[in-house]
Amino acid sequence: MSQISINHDEVDIVIGALQLDLKSFMEEWRPVFSLFHLIIVKDPDLKGELEIPAGFNFDLYTKSDIDGVVGSSSNAISFSGYSCRYFGYLMSRKKYIISIDDDCIPARDSAGNFVDAVSQHITNLSTPATPFFFNTLYDPFCKGADFVRGYPFSLRSGVDCGLSCGLWLNLADLDAPTQALKPELRNTRYVDAVLTVPARTMMPVSGINIGFNRELVGPALLPAFRLAKEGNLRWETVEDIWTGMCVKVVCDQLRLGVKSGLPYVWRKERGDAIESLKKEWEGVKLMEDVVPFFQSLRLSTSAATAEDCLSEIAAVVKEQLAPANPVFARAAETMVEWVKLWKRVQTQ
Amino acid sequence: MAAIEASKSSTPLLKDELDIVIPTIRNLDFLEMWRPFFQPYHLIIVQDGDPSRTIKVPEGFDYELYNRNDINKILGPKASCISFKDSACRCFGYMVSKKKYIFTIDDDCFVAKDPSGKEINALEQHIKNLLSPSTPFFFNTLYDPYRDGADFVRGYPFSLREGVPTAVSHGLWLNIPDYDAPTQLVKPRERNTRYVDAVMTIPKGTLFPMCGMNLGFNRELIGPAMYFGLMGDGQPIGRYDDMWAGWCTKVICDHLGLGIKTGLPYIWHSKASNPFVNLKKEYKGIYWQEELIPFFQSATLSKECTTVQKCYLELAKQVKAKLGKVDDYFNKLADAMVTWIEAWDELNPSGASTELANGSTK
Repeated sequence: MSQISINHDEVDIVIGALQLDLKSFMEEWRPVFSLFHLIIVKDPDLKGELEIPAGFNFDLYTKSDIDGVVGSSSNAISFSGYSCRYFGYLMSRKKYIISIDDDCIPARDSAGNFVDAVSQHITNLSTPATPFFFNTLYDPFCKGADFVRGYPFSLRSGVDCGLSCGLWLNLADLDAPTQALKPELRNTRYVDAVLTVPARTMMPVSGINIGFNRELVGPALLPAFRLAKEGNLRWETVEDIWTGMCVKVVCDQLRLGVKSGLPYVWRKERGDAIESLKKEWEGVKLMEDVVPFFQSLRLSTSAATAEDCLSEIAAVVKEQLAPANPVFARAAETMVEWVKLWKRVQTQ
Repeated sequence: MAAIEASKSSTPLLKDELDIVIPTIRNLDFLEMWRPFFQPYHLIIVQDGDPSRTIKVPEGFDYELYNRNDINKILGPKASCISFKDSACRCFGYMVSKKKYIFTIDDDCFVAKDPSGKEINALEQHIKNLLSPSTPFFFNTLYDPYRDGADFVRGYPFSLREGVPTAVSHGLWLNIPDYDAPTQLVKPRERNTRYVDAVMTIPKGTLFPMCGMNLGFNRELIGPAMYFGLMGDGQPIGRYDDMWAGWCTKVICDHLGLGIKTGLPYIWHSKASNPFVNLKKEYKGIYWQEELIPFFQSATLSKECTTVQKCYLELAKQVKAKLGKVDDYFNKLADAMVTWIEAWDELNPSGASTELANGSTK
């Protein structure tokens, strides 16, 4: 991939701590994380002290910080579990945010080289995206590639990239039924590509390994879709899938790009798919409604900022989905509260 | 949810169901390298250029060969829709084939090696791609979920996991990349060395530039849409044949609920064509493209278009109505599109115009 010179002052790495012992996680990432400012947010439901090794430049936020900032909105917005990272996004003032789950360590590419996931996300975010026409050689801005014959010249300057979705080796982000059916299935395929997901094409964005341009799409990375029995394993959540679709709709509306592919992280073994399936299967079912909803969502031409888009999305969710299930009603409410909170905190 | 088994022994050969269509003006020496993979199959050679030349086919291949005289004889006045002095003439091979699947390859494309050094059986991969479903309605971030070692990711609705039939398998190229002339002129030394180990479905509503160098398709599902246009001798444009077919095919596939995959397999593209010659051919296309893309992006077909032929004829009408004013070439092209369908139906009187099972259009 092409080397971009990174301004480290423009980046925050946000870690949602769902476990107390962050030592091995941070040691694995030390070569990369030690160069950046980190925002670590402790899951407000987690009891005890976080163990963070020395030599990192970080700010730590815990339940009391969250309660202090969020104040009266705390009724509507939950920052428990995986959602704790959104508080980190709220607190950041940087241009780029990279966020990686605390059970993922650096991967190695096919040649055995250490994959600097942060650097790759920043490269993805700082080079143009090409959502209006598919390039069959994938990312045309990467070294050794270009636009293919037939790619319209007027579309070759591309648009800004709002979101970079990375992938996972070893434990892929499959849902519980799929992993339960194929307990031995591990992702061993390193696909050496980044591509732009076309405009108006929806996709499931996994929160496990992402980067985004906070200045362009920041408010759209929001905690909203909480399942009744949401747990602390990704199999027991779909909050990031909901959020990801909001971000995609926002990007499509604002003519920004969403990229998917590199970088990979190595996702460690954790949990039991069958146990998770027994606990929480509602998320899988709800996707049947969520996906068609987002696919057919059209925003008004006056929605010109991420905040405007989110307010409109929330209104349509309330009108169309909320009657079917309280999860949607809560999501719509939370989205509205979040936009207010974001605006308030950003102007402080 | 279950991926199809990827082991070599279980991918069907389809040797009686697939034709390999090769346009050539030079020679077929490249077939020697492909022999282990191509020999079981029937070849349709479309000889472009001077029909009095004899093109030698290597021993041991089962083939039929058509030169310009044959094309004129078989199609009569309708032969006007088949290009001369351009590899676009290959689509004549699609029309005369009687098989369910077509694989087409250029005569300067050789067997590539994967990163482990193993020779790639491109045809086998195309067959795998065509025999497994596509997923155009929702993007799977782990690419083709039906491949061995992959699956649908969390968040992918179960109701969409059956996929739709795959109509086209678009392969890629290592070494000489398929660049247009301006890019070739600026980057004459660039070679594609990146092996991207993925197959993916091009989402519904998204256009792409289709390359005819390494292409497989289900002729029964989409054949009539694979017209490679009017190029070459006497035409104002060249090197837009496959792209034209690709845009028409994509619009029709989107309308009929069929899928198009791109990615593996790779072939090794050995010959870089002359960029100045290419520039002359492509020149008008570079400008016209800017009109063509919005045209295809906004093209809609009526619900009554339930067969590929009906879709194609409606598209031809729209080409005339909306692109005729860009250049008179498009009026001629629209007429040629109609002639193509007439010729196709004449040569394929039954079976090829299958309506989809439930006549559904999305």
